[in-house]
Formats: sequence, structure tokens, C-alpha cells
Amino acid sequence: MTDDFSSEITLEVNDVTHRLRVDNRRTLLDALREDVGHTGPKKGCDHGQCGACTVLADGRRVVSCLTLAVAAEGARVTTVEGLSGEGGLRPIQEAFVRLDGFQCGFCTPGQLCSAVGALAEHAAGWPSAATADVSPDGPTTELDAAEVRERMSGNLCRCGAYPSIVRAVLETAARAAVTG
Amino acid sequence: MSTEQPATAAIGDARPRIEGRLKVTGAARYAADEPAPDLAHGWVITATVARGRISAVDASAALGMPGVLGVLDHRNAPRLDPRAGNYFGPDGSLLLLQDDVVPYAGRPVVLVVAETPEQARAAAGAVVVTYEPYPHDVDFRLDHPAARPASTAFGPEADTGDIEAELAASAVVVDERYRTPEENCSAMEPHAATAWWQDGHLHAVDSNQGPFSVSQVLATLFGVDRDHVHIRAEHVGGGFGAKGPCGPQVILASMASRSFGRPVRVVLTREQVFLATALRPPTDQWLRIGADADGRLRAVHHRPAFALSPLAEYIEWCTEQARTLYAAPAIRTELTAVPLDILPPSPMRGPGATPGSFALESAMDEVAERLGLDPLDLRLRNQPAVGPVSGLPFSSRRSVACLREGARRFGWAGRDHRPRTRREGRLLIGTGLAATCFSAGVFPSTASITAEADGTFTVAVGATDIGTGARTALTAVAADTLGVGTERIRIRIADSDLGMAWGAGGSRGTTSWSFAITQAAAKLRERLGDPARPVTATVDTTALIDYQPATERHTFSAVFAEVSVDPATGEVRVRRMLGMFAVGRVINPLLARSQVVGGMIMGLSMALHEEGVRDPATGRQVNPDFAGYHIAAHADVPDIEAEFVPDYEPQDPLGLNGLGEIGTAGTAAAIANAVWHATGVRQRTLPIRLDRVLEAEGAEVRGAVGVA
Ligand code: FES
Ligand code: FES
Repeated sequence: MTDDFSSEITLEVNDVTHRLRVDNRRTLLDALREDVGHTGPKKGCDHGQCGACTVLADGRRVVSCLTLAVAAEGARVTTVEGLSGEGGLRPIQEAFVRLDGFQCGFCTPGQLCSAVGALAEHAAGWPSAATADVSPDGPTTELDAAEVRERMSGNLCRCGAYPSIVRAVLETAARAAVTG
Repeated sequence: MSTEQPATAAIGDARPRIEGRLKVTGAARYAADEPAPDLAHGWVITATVARGRISAVDASAALGMPGVLGVLDHRNAPRLDPRAGNYFGPDGSLLLLQDDVVPYAGRPVVLVVAETPEQARAAAGAVVVTYEPYPHDVDFRLDHPAARPASTAFGPEADTGDIEAELAASAVVVDERYRTPEENCSAMEPHAATAWWQDGHLHAVDSNQGPFSVSQVLATLFGVDRDHVHIRAEHVGGGFGAKGPCGPQVILASMASRSFGRPVRVVLTREQVFLATALRPPTDQWLRIGADADGRLRAVHHRPAFALSPLAEYIEWCTEQARTLYAAPAIRTELTAVPLDILPPSPMRGPGATPGSFALESAMDEVAERLGLDPLDLRLRNQPAVGPVSGLPFSSRRSVACLREGARRFGWAGRDHRPRTRREGRLLIGTGLAATCFSAGVFPSTASITAEADGTFTVAVGATDIGTGARTALTAVAADTLGVGTERIRIRIADSDLGMAWGAGGSRGTTSWSFAITQAAAKLRERLGDPARPVTATVDTTALIDYQPATERHTFSAVFAEVSVDPATGEVRVRRMLGMFAVGRVINPLLARSQVVGGMIMGLSMALHEEGVRDPATGRQVNPDFAGYHIAAHADVPDIEAEFVPDYEPQDPLGLNGLGEIGTAGTAAAIANAVWHATGVRQRTLPIRLDRVLEAEGAEVRGAVGVA
């Protein structure tokens, strides 16, 4: 049923299907936080300028504050709550804790989702502004600190945890390369 | 107890954060995440004029909109007690919705309350506020006609020796103006509060740096007993000073909850965080330094001005370093306040010391330049044996150790001190350094420790962890002072019900709370012979603190930076940065390093990016978001090295000082000095924007080819 102000939508969040009636003005971020009850994604600006609200939609990074909930109908959404599974923390989460990739932790849900997305993008051969050769058949470049910084620059951290975040992302990428 | 000594002491051990797992799984709840039954949402409307009065508020359309519970303004809001204040005294910025006066642009003037945030926001858009604007003044400068001496609540101004005679006798005199803009703390978590009243008690989950002091302010504002105000701040998404004062979000949420009889959440938008919460005031600093030909300082005259509001007293203590860092026969400081129609400033990370050290350490570099000296040697030559103004001994002064060890690690030796001598392709390369200090000390706090029947200890202290690692550090302190392993400590913080405590601020949080914990642990140990459990010891350190110690107590640092400057684009990039710190004993090197590195990154951001721009015509900030007000992002920040020199503060039972702010203090000067070394042109105004570098490059090139 649909009226002038709200719509009924289906969201698949962290492998659970939610049937929701949402205000048409509601962002995906607010739907996740207020309706689904996942307050992991954070609202740092509500303007697409900080990355704290980053989630994965069908595996790709999106700023959920700039996505209307009704436009995410049918998407498979992964929030920070969905990164760890039965087996405990993912390597990237474990590396954040061990290397102190955060201080206040407010940007962390976004940094983590963004890191997972960025690693997948790099593995799929997507170049970044830091990539030397961006031609379609150019070589796959090694993920180095400059690449990680460039790819993660949409995620602000006012505490200045950047150096340890970069270390955690690089370490996770290296481990994934070893274990295949 | 002695039989239970743990194998390793927790203090000094690098351990990850206790709440780390909560923070990487999204389980840590911040103020806007707290579930509350029957929650209503408030949306703030802020004033658009810099000075004037509200002539009308027309809420008729808004009141008819779906979900709207009501609209609060100065005509119907609960009355607040004007005696409420802050550290410096009464603070008019707390008295929201009390009258029709608009003292600054961005002042909250209306709160719309509705069932959902969308409804509240839409209704706020339908409220029409009409203003009668008055002339305003936001024209900040040192020679402003309203400039007056700043409050001397932090102590009298320095005035030793004969400044003019020493300057006249100097071989070189640097006489320059340095300027820093308005800055905003910009914690990633916007200020948020969820408040409700129950049986005459006010409860709130709020983002703040000190739940106890916030509960005191709210108790005064609302005329209730302090014991009837219960403030929690379990996880706080950064503060940096902006969440030290009792914020507008919790005042407005408490008012609305009282008016509408429901829990109300108020979350400031990012724009409102810029407009309505603590700013670092702009500074305009006049500095004169005179030195002999061999680099001995004869005179330091520092006259910095900062902006404030007539609503509240404030001190941006820019003169702290001029009276502490270097010996000179004549030292004079004249801190100057300029009242303007702006939001009252409040401390932002390293208040005073951060803009002040930019000026002093830039000027010192200019002295070295004019004398052809190594800037490192200049600093080493002017180390004081005692406080240069107070004459008191330093309790611990490891400034030279920071400078020497930092220089060794950074590879300072062999630097060609002439500017514009290093190139890589088209890039100009330069290095720079700055030394600094930051005041240290301890404030009153209470702590309780309970020995539980199961052999664990519950430690309760009204601390907050705004990202500092307080929870983890205090657990280590409690474990070592009780002589048990950290696994037997349960720490409770961030609740005003836990008793009086200093907030996370002034680089004094961990030191103050640790002092209370060590005292409570000592008292508890005396009673552990009695087998009864649980047994609790509580200590209030108010009477135990020596407020007038006969020594000067500071932390020290030296920051080294290497930059590249692109003369074609004006872009400055920091390629390398190293900080050496003397901060007393370090409780947890992993977390301590994160904090000083984060501080240096904020200093980098200040040097190159941050600038709150105020439109003189409207008096409003024109760039209140992250698209307009830039803070350093991943790609701006190189790998940063930070190390601690061995240090022990004799005034503290555990040897502690503090480290929350010193990382920010010296960094901007080190970068500005490196930019001079790269380009040969001084940047005396922050931030070092592309256009400023390009303009300087133009002058440099014109000068080189002899064109006027
Ligand atoms: S909250 Fe979405 S980008 Fe800032
Ligand atoms: S950890 Fe605080 S903003 Fe990133």
C-alpha cells in the first residue's frame, strides 16, 4: 500500500529481509538506524561529505545518507553489523582493533565498510587517481599506501587515525593475497 | 594482596582498547543511538542575523503539519536560571529561547518537535522567523577599537626586564604579525542528546566530555538538585573541546521533554555544529623577538589578540609558550580580547598554545634565518634553567631531549639551512621544526573502588572516553595500583551518578582520574584484611591537590616536518612528520601514540586546510560544512612517526602528565617553517592556502628576475 507520504519497501540487510513502511523522504541511513535498528552506520554530516554512513549495497560502497530508502528497494545491504559472521571478527576488523585504527570510533563503521569495498574494487582491477597506468589493459597495480589513502579519502576521521587505518587495510590486503 | 601480583605491570604495556570490539562491530552506542520508548524528535532553527531581535515567529503552518507536537521559542519555552555558567563564570550562550535577543548568527532560536525527524525537519522549514536586524561587528583585528586586556584568570601577564631597551640593543629584531582563522572542533559525531524527565529527575544520554559538569549546569538551568540530574555519555564520537561545555542539544532536548512530557532527541546538523558549537577564535598576534648575533635572545614581546563574545568570558591563552619555552632578560605578554558579535568561543584542542606556538615558533625560525643559524641550535641555546618569568624550577623539563632525539631520528643533521635549495623535479622541498610545551596538572575528582565477592574490583569514576582510551588507561592504572591483573578490573565511567569528576579536557582527564583511583586503591587496600565483601573505598581528591606547587609543570615536544611545494599549483604536501614528546610516564604506548599522532594530524589540518570564513556583510560563517571547511583526509596525511622520551612527573604518584593536546600545538609552525625552507617565503597567515603560496611564488619569481 502506498499513500502520499510513505511507501512499503523491502530491504535485505545483512541477509535478513525487512518489510518496511517508510516516509518517502527517509534516507537509507535513517531507515537502517530508525526502522531496522542498526545504529552502526553513523550520521556525520547527512550531506555525503564524511563517509561515516558508508554501507555496502550489492557489494558496492554507498553513502547511505544520500540514498533514499525507497531507492534502495530490493538492494542487498551490508552494514558494519553484518561484516563479522559466526566465526567472529573479519580480518579487517581484527586489524583495526590490534593496530588501533580508530579512537572515538564514530567514523569506524564507515571506514570498515569502505575498506571492504575498496579492497574489492582494487581486486577487480578498478583504478584510482593514484594509479599510474589507468588504461583498460594496464597492469594491475600493487595496493600501496598511496592507493589506499586515495581510495579511502571519502572517509574522514577527525581523531586522525589515518596512519593506523592505512596499515590495517594494507595488512588485510596482504593477508588476503597470501591466503588467496 | 602481595600474593596476587600480576606477572606484568599494565602501565607501560601497549594494549588495544577495551571497547575495541564494540567499535568495530557497530555495537558501541553513541548519544543518537540510544533507543527510547515513545521518542520524539526536535529540529533546531538557528538565527540568520548576527545581531538583532526576533520580531515574530509564525508557527501556524508548522503546527498543522503531520506529526508535529509543538514549536518552542522564547515565548513558550521553559524558563532557565541565568546564573548557569562555565569555567569562566556566567555564560549567556546557555540561555536558549529565553528572550527575543539575537547575539550571534547561528544562535538556536526555535525548536520544532515532531514524531519523526523527517516531520520535524519539514515543519521547521514551514516556521517563519522574522528579525529586526541591528548593526553587527565581526571585524576581527588586533587594533580593533574595542580591544581590551584579556582576563588574567590564568595568572598575571609577564613583564620582566626592559623590553624596549633589550630590543634596541639586539643585533636582530623580528617584528611581525601572525594570524590564524576561526576553527571548528568538527568532531565526527554531531552533538546529540536524548533527554527525558521522570519523577522530577532529568535523564539524558548526551555527547559531552564531562557528564558531571554538564549535570551541574543543567541542574542550575532547570532549578533542580544536582542529584536529580543523570547524564550519561558512554561513547562519544570525539570532542576536541566542543563537547566540554553543556551543549545546546541537551538544553533544548531537556526543555522539549519537559514541555511535551516525552523523551526528546535533538541532533544538531553538521551545519549547526559549525554555527552553534564552540569555535577556536581567530587570532591576530604581534610578536617582537630580539637576539644577539650569537643567537641569545634578549627580548620576547608577544601581544596576541583573540575574538570573544560579550556573552561569556574566555581566555585563548596564546602567551603560554612565550613565558615558558625560552630564557630572555625581557619578556612581556599582553593578551588582548576583542568582543564581537560571534558565538562565544571555547577551548579547542590545545587552546591558546596551538595558535600561540604557531606565532612564536615561526618567529623563532625567522630569528634563525636572519642570523644564519641552525633553527635547532637557536632553540638549544636559549633553554631556561628555571621558569623564565616565574623563576620557579621546572618539575620535569625534557625539551632538549625531545629536540635532540627528534633531530637524530628525523635526520636533521646536514640540512642546508638556506631556503629554496632542494628540488625534486619541479617540486620544492623543505624541512622545518618547532618546539613547544603545554601546561600540565591535576584537577579534583572522585573515584570508588569496590572489592567484589568474586575477587573482581569495580572501579567507578566519572571519566569520559571521547576517543582518548580513558577506559583502557584507567583499567591499567587500577590494576597496577591494586596489584592485580586487568582481567579482574571492571571499569565504570561516563555517568554523572558516579560522582564529581573533571571532564576530558585540559590534557588533565587521565591524570586527574588516575590520581583519584590511586588514592581510592590505597584506601581500599587498608580495608581488605576484613573478609567482608563487597567492600568499597571512595576518595575525593579535592583536598589532596597542591594548587600552588612551587614548580612549573609542563609537557614538552619537538615536531619535525618535510614538505613539498608545487610552485605551479601552490599545493603544499606534507611528506614526512615526526614528533618527540615528553609527557610524563606513558600508560599505554599504543593508545598514547594514536592520540599524539591524531593531534599532529589536526595540526597539519590547521596548517594547510582549516578556515572558518565569516562574511563581514552578514556576520555569518559562509562555509559551515565539510565541502567548505576542509579537514585533512586520508590522502593529505603521510605516515607519521611519534615517540616518547623517557619522562617522569615527580608531582604525580604514577609520574603522569597529559598528552591530549600537545600533539596539535607545535605542528602548524613546523609545517610553515618547512614551507619557508622550501620556497624562501614566510607564510604568516594560516591556513597556507594554494593562493597564498602562488602569490608568494609570484613575488619570489618577480624578485628573482628584477621585476617590480
Ligand atoms: S553522513 Fe553520509 S557522508 Fe556524512
Ligand atoms: S576514530 Fe574518531 S573520527 Fe575516526
